[in-house]
Amino acid sequence: MTTTAEPGAAPAQAGPDQDALDALLAEFDAAVAADSRIEPRDWMPDAYRATLVRQMAQHAHSEIIGMQPEANWITRAPSLRRKAILMAKVQDEAGHGLYLYSATETLGVSRDDLLDKLHAGRQRYSSIFNYPTLTWADVGAIGWLVDGAAITNQVPLCRCSYGPYARAMVRICKEESFHQRQGYELLLALSRGTAAQHAMAQDAVNRWWWPSLMMFGPPDDASAHSAQSMAWKIKRHSNDELRQRFVDICVPQAEVLGLTLPDPDLRWNEERGAHDYGVIDWSEFQEVLRGNGPCNEQRLERRRTAHDNGTWVRDAAAAYAAKHRKAQA
Amino acid sequence: MTEQAGEPAESATGGQWPLWEVFVRSRRGLSHSHAGSLHAPDAQMALRNARDLYTRRAEGVSIWVVPSAAVTASSPDEKDPFFEPAGDKAYRHPTFYEIPEGVKHL
Repeated sequence: MTTTAEPGAAPAQAGPDQDALDALLAEFDAAVAADSRIEPRDWMPDAYRATLVRQMAQHAHSEIIGMQPEANWITRAPSLRRKAILMAKVQDEAGHGLYLYSATETLGVSRDDLLDKLHAGRQRYSSIFNYPTLTWADVGAIGWLVDGAAITNQVPLCRCSYGPYARAMVRICKEESFHQRQGYELLLALSRGTAAQHAMAQDAVNRWWWPSLMMFGPPDDASAHSAQSMAWKIKRHSNDELRQRFVDICVPQAEVLGLTLPDPDLRWNEERGAHDYGVIDWSEFQEVLRGNGPCNEQRLERRRTAHDNGTWVRDAAAAYAAKHRKAQA
Repeated sequence: MTEQAGEPAESATGGQWPLWEVFVRSRRGLSHSHAGSLHAPDAQMALRNARDLYTRRAEGVSIWVVPSAAVTASSPDEKDPFFEPAGDKAYRHPTFYEIPEGVKHL
């Protein structure tokens, strides 16, 4: 288990003999089994560490890339109230990224390195953010559906086996609730507005529904990392379980909104006590993952430009700090 | 394996700003508790960033920032014999003592 996933880290383990390693692994397994938390300075299998770095980095990247589609509408928000709300939400996304980058750093990686990998396209972010926000109603649909799906995914992560990740998720989940409710309220206002506003809200929901369902990842039988992550209690529920939970939550919420979900096969299944839903177009998901979504290039380019444009600010702050350290010495 | 704990990933000279640990007092009467960490070039910026990052919803009335490198931790892993001396001293707890029923205010 410890030698296959991370060839680069393997030599570090050549030191302790196999018995010692087995003892460490047994202790780790026992802690996970007992629902205790793994903390940064505990011994952990290399593959566990690598899995967490991959997932947490992707999560952090998603938060900061996720600022873009919504920030697109800040200058065009229809009222000062909506503008203030949207700015607060986008600022929260930045904050969530920072919580998660900090938590990831406890695994022994540097933040600069994570950002470099994002900019080089070597670490991913959620594919949902590669879709464009075409109208104001998209801000509402993102809050209701995208943040709603995120919450469904993230609430179980508050009990994740890795302590710093779980603690970051507790903070994030508290704040996400505002995100979802503001989106729902925004859609409700549009849905109950003029015919054109109602149509705009419906159009946004039509475009965001399926990509939101894809946010839970591939079906269980096709999900590469699921089984191991569940054994490690990084993940607590399967992709399909969470997706089902989300569908069942959304159906009555859509009814109150007076909007429909764009799936002719969506209906209550009395026997299962859950909603059946249509087949997801996974070829679209794979295309977007491969970099061929509507906005992949634009999002990464924007991120790189923002980072480059911030260089002088970071340099100036560092120079100022150095000057004052000198003056005090 | 040993150096990743609570230590900054880079020194101030490594290009990346140093890491700071943030402690927030949520209201008067409570002690500061650890909220998380952040990068900043100096203490003043660390305080400002901490305010923006950890108190956006009035979660605090006071903030401490401490360079992560200045934290000395008890042991490389947290299951250390360091804490063993306390393990077998049950007599330090009030529940260790049997008191006849009916004795009040004890």
